[in-house]
Amino acid sequence: MLAFLARRLVVMLATMLALTFVVFSLINLEPNLRKLALEQNNTRMTDEAVDSWLEKNGYRRALIVRYGEWLGNTVTGDLGYSTRFRKPVVDILPERLGYTGILAFWVMITMVPSALIVGVLAGMREGSKTDRSLSILSIATTATPEYVSGIIFTVIFASWLGLLKGVAKAGDANFINFTLPVMTMSLYGMGYIARMTRASMAEVMTSQYIRTARLKGLSFRAIVVKHALRNALIAPFTVIMLQFPWLLTGVVIVEKLFNYKGFGWVLVEAADNNDIELLLACSIVSVAVVIVTQLISDIGYAYLNPRIRVK
Amino acid sequence: MAEPILEINNLSISFFTRAGEIPAVMDFSCKVMPGQAMGLVGESGCGKSTVALGIMRDLGTNGRIVGGTIRFRGEDLTNMSEAGLRKIRGSAISMVYQEPMASLNPAMKVGKQLMEVPIIHEGIAAAAARARALDMLGDVRLPDPARIMDAYPHQLSGGQQQRIVIAMALLTNPALLLMDEPTTALDVTVEAGIVDLVKNLGEKFGTSMLFISHNLGLILETCDRITVMYSGEAVETGTIKAIFDDMRHPYTQGLFRSIPLPSADKTAHPLIAIPGQLPLPHERPPGCNFGPRCAHFEAGKCDQRKLAMREPKGLAGHETRCIRTDEIDWNAPVAGDHTNEPIEHGGTVLRVKKLKKYYRVAANEIFGGTEARSVKANEEVSLEAREAETVAIVGESGCGKSTLARVLLGLETRTEGEVFLGDKEIGAVEIADRDTETVSSIQMVFQNPFDTLNPSHTVGAQIVRSLEKFGVGTSQAARRERMLELLDLVKLPREFERRMPRQLSGGQKQRIGIARAFAGSPKLVVADEPVSALDVSVQAAVTELLVDIQRSSRTTMLFISHDLSIVRYLSDRIVVMYLGHVVEQGTTDQVFAPPYHPYTEALLSAVPIADTSVVKKHIVLEGDIPSAMNPPPGCPFQTRCPRKHLVTDGRCESEMPPMRKIADGHIIKCHLSDEHLESMEPVISLAS
Amino acid sequence: MEPLGFFEIWAGVIGRFWPVWLCLAIIMGGSAVFKRKLNLYGRLYESPVGMIGLGIVLFWILTAIFPDVIATFDPLEQFGSIKRKPPGTIETSTGIASYFGGDNLGRDLFSRMVHGATFVLTVAPAATLVAYMVGITLGLPAGYFGGRADAILTFIANLVLAFPVILLFYLLVAPGVRETVIPNLMSGVFFAFPILFFGTLFYSRYATRPKLLAVQLGVTIVIGAWLYAGLVFDADPFGVVSLDPNELNIFAAVVFASSPGVFRIVRGLTMDIKTRDYVAAAQTRGERPWYIMLWEILPNARGPLIVDACLRIGYTTILLGTLGFFGLGLAPESPDWGSMINQTRGYIRIMPTIVLPQTIALAMLVLGLNLLADGLREQSLKD
Repeated sequence: MLAFLARRLVVMLATMLALTFVVFSLINLEPNLRKLALEQNNTRMTDEAVDSWLEKNGYRRALIVRYGEWLGNTVTGDLGYSTRFRKPVVDILPERLGYTGILAFWVMITMVPSALIVGVLAGMREGSKTDRSLSILSIATTATPEYVSGIIFTVIFASWLGLLKGVAKAGDANFINFTLPVMTMSLYGMGYIARMTRASMAEVMTSQYIRTARLKGLSFRAIVVKHALRNALIAPFTVIMLQFPWLLTGVVIVEKLFNYKGFGWVLVEAADNNDIELLLACSIVSVAVVIVTQLISDIGYAYLNPRIRVK
Repeated sequence: MAEPILEINNLSISFFTRAGEIPAVMDFSCKVMPGQAMGLVGESGCGKSTVALGIMRDLGTNGRIVGGTIRFRGEDLTNMSEAGLRKIRGSAISMVYQEPMASLNPAMKVGKQLMEVPIIHEGIAAAAARARALDMLGDVRLPDPARIMDAYPHQLSGGQQQRIVIAMALLTNPALLLMDEPTTALDVTVEAGIVDLVKNLGEKFGTSMLFISHNLGLILETCDRITVMYSGEAVETGTIKAIFDDMRHPYTQGLFRSIPLPSADKTAHPLIAIPGQLPLPHERPPGCNFGPRCAHFEAGKCDQRKLAMREPKGLAGHETRCIRTDEIDWNAPVAGDHTNEPIEHGGTVLRVKKLKKYYRVAANEIFGGTEARSVKANEEVSLEAREAETVAIVGESGCGKSTLARVLLGLETRTEGEVFLGDKEIGAVEIADRDTETVSSIQMVFQNPFDTLNPSHTVGAQIVRSLEKFGVGTSQAARRERMLELLDLVKLPREFERRMPRQLSGGQKQRIGIARAFAGSPKLVVADEPVSALDVSVQAAVTELLVDIQRSSRTTMLFISHDLSIVRYLSDRIVVMYLGHVVEQGTTDQVFAPPYHPYTEALLSAVPIADTSVVKKHIVLEGDIPSAMNPPPGCPFQTRCPRKHLVTDGRCESEMPPMRKIADGHIIKCHLSDEHLESMEPVISLAS
Repeated sequence: MEPLGFFEIWAGVIGRFWPVWLCLAIIMGGSAVFKRKLNLYGRLYESPVGMIGLGIVLFWILTAIFPDVIATFDPLEQFGSIKRKPPGTIETSTGIASYFGGDNLGRDLFSRMVHGATFVLTVAPAATLVAYMVGITLGLPAGYFGGRADAILTFIANLVLAFPVILLFYLLVAPGVRETVIPNLMSGVFFAFPILFFGTLFYSRYATRPKLLAVQLGVTIVIGAWLYAGLVFDADPFGVVSLDPNELNIFAAVVFASSPGVFRIVRGLTMDIKTRDYVAAAQTRGERPWYIMLWEILPNARGPLIVDACLRIGYTTILLGTLGFFGLGLAPESPDWGSMINQTRGYIRIMPTIVLPQTIALAMLVLGLNLLADGLREQSLKD
């Protein structure tokens, strides 16, 4: 187990390094740097002036050297300065992450249980009416991206019915404020998890050991709860954990859609305004979130599946 | 007379699909008395498993009982409520089936799965249930029950898993035990242990049994009565003795003639296959289902209406579905019985000298394994094969027979030793580096008919491609002509050229596999259990085809198998392997007669033989086959050897036994003294 | 003039789609009659879900083929009289009804929606196809040989998959990137795969028949080089094939984002199928690895791959919409559904229906693709 963890950690670090390097090089492309120079000084600067400004501020050194320097700073907690917000990055991110955390929390809390319930209900009697209608429902929700469902919900609930608000204020977690963004995000993700759970459940229900359990004289409920559930949840568990990269994209879309000023909104602001250091910081956070969830998913998988654990 | 435990009357079961109703079992009747074991035998698709699931009322959403009754201790199960069924399932009727690994919940400890049964049926406390489970694990002869209770299924071997499933079935002391091919997925020596266990437990607990199998020999060893099924119907039923010695249905007779009993011989008494193939459920003929394949078929009589079971004249308690049973002379010599000329063997074609093959198992690819281990698949294998000779390689899983085949075919290269084909060294040459001639001169027939042909290409295209690779023919037209000839050779119609593999039956696919292997006129064909996945009645035909082609082309054949019956029938010489070692080698007669290697002896005793006149010595091996990753020191067989105590100085545990020449061409790898070897008695003998 | 009523609008819209209905009737009617001879595609007609999916997908494909016949206005022309007006408003200068109203700049929503189908249904399937070529060409050897190369490729694929898509697009589809050689480089690499794929495909099987092989390779190289020149360097000598720099950028980014997924599924299928006896049979008759991969393994992986391709086209459609939604890469006047959503969504309060045609169109197409995939999966499992 320890060796397994150590190996995973090494892979994790390697992934981190590779990804941040790629992001660093893409953000520091020549056109972006020139744009930065123009924005920082005055937009009518000559090419020579731009060059000398870049030279003076150390942007002309070898990419790998600058990456090393940035990495060193990052490790010591210095994430640089945001040109868009005119504040150190460290002062911006924690607050925004907090807002997004609350949003993501509500999304997970509503999405995962309902998706699992829908999946298990559909999968435990494959081919039944319940199964068919729940399956179509899940397909429909996966087919509707957030920017579609969010807008349709806004039209219905905010414009026509006037029940809820079409914008969500960050840091103010109440029903009127949060329902639409949370509903939009969890519906889109729910369909996918539900379908995975259904497939997994349906497969487990046709397996021999379920027949063994049935022929032992167990009731249907006991079969589902004691024998099927744990095995059926192994596959979707990984899927749920791997939803985090998607959740990040979803967060960005929903935050933009509802003008919720969380992490996703900052990311869009940074990217749209060529805010190099803020964008870099956002990238590490995203990548770190993804990689840590992958690690958790590996460990959890090993825990759920005794066949892996003992090896 | 006592009431029967189970009485099935005119049971019919159908599956309802989009294509309509498909009858799986029709008009099936049988009776099981207390303490009796009833065998249900038939080929795949005959409905025998459906009967068992019907008794359990577990037919899925599509299956339904459409007629008849199933009385269990007088109560009709066909209209019992779900709640009533739940009470009976697992407590009064239990079931054991084929795949032990799949029958156990992978994410639940064995102990919990066992304890669950008495807890739900008798409502006893967990501690009492645990004690009961521990006792029962002892009864099924599992070592160290406490440790096993705490294990997950995947940590146990197949044999152990099946013992647990059996223990689980017996925990509540059921009145009826249904066993559906309980040993098919296991190795022969492990199977023998389970069979032994089942017999003893049946006697000990007085449980009645319904034992389902395709293997007549197994039924003979375990059951009192037998019902033979064909295409959804019972065709004959009676006591074991009655059916085995006085069969009264042409299908039963055909079955017995197509299995390699000790009386069969490839030159004097070749196997006689049943012509044709099983009808599909929706294409059953009118009248007798077996009619189209029957030698005694009489138009106007056999094909008029569905037939009922009848008692043959003078044979009380025996029933058959054959309408002409009293008209047929059941002891007439078989039509189609013929003799074959013995084959003269030529010079040596294949020479394997001290072949060794280790596999390295690395832990991780990117960062390199810290704990690279090796699997010792072949350790010192030496053998020779002459032209037109059939050499059998016999052994159970993990003995290294498949690795040997892979090295011969160039899919792997040897670690040490030499392999000569003719005078060419091939052991170190990978298939990619072999010239066309070498490639075409060693070919293989694979085991699984459903896997041997590529489902995406037509049969013709696949054979033509082989011809192309073997450099046969100069143009596509010439190769096509040759391909059609090959279809003739394996007795398939030429229209099959354009068929896709899914349109073929298992036997037909295997024939194509044979045609493909013989396409380049090979010197050596490796046949890896070529018929073991086929139905009994088809096995004989494919076996005969293989022998005929080999005979006419004078090809050497390496026949890999675990089934000593077929090996005895087919082969000229036998090589017995265990855990990467050749433990015995000799002509067929030498290997089947004493002195034996103790492993050969156990293997011979383990193979069920469907002949009431055969008497076998009873040897059951303890334990399981060790892993090739971690072989025992000394003799590879020492962990299970029943004769180890005869070698008193403990050499078996420390020293690899030498290859001892017993007679000309007969070699045994064993420490036993000459006296002990000579005092061995034959395992199989005919009762006088 | 009086605006059209609810029923008049829908009667008009349904009428405008006449070529679609006609072709749909011919295709689906014909297929239903001959379904027994059409293998998997034919069996789709026995699954209601699959048939509905297929119907929706065909509907949009046909719409994408006949946009000029269906649309009532030029998708780019602006009319003051229908600007942010409700459905059914009559455009005064032409007297033609605007079925779904006009957008924030007075462009006809119905016409833009119809033209938007052409963009999505060209880029999404094409990008998916190229991603498949890349994924297959790399996934087959990775799964077949295993070992170090596989470990490295898998690591890279996981790297790309770990990357949040939106961040990837912000980094790859930006004006700054377009000024560099990166898009050309990426597409240069990606578009080489189809040529490589077909070249290997023919060579591995027909090497023993040189005449046939020469023809096949010749055709592959000529067509490949022509498309390659047109798409990557925008230098088609006949001037038929060309791609805007921003379209090329999007195309390359989309392929980049979806090929690791294809790689993973192909690799998994290959690892499964390579253990079959027919692969061993091919090896024992001396077949080369690429023949085995392309002719023995790949055809038997087609079922799951077709299902995945349907889902992936749907996902790519969503991705293209996301790009439009963030205003990334596409020209502002482009009538793609994502950009339309982005541009109109600020006017919900004034005219709620202004966002509906494009959102519903997008959701409907993706739903159709998902239903189709579900139907295909269900039917292919029935064997």
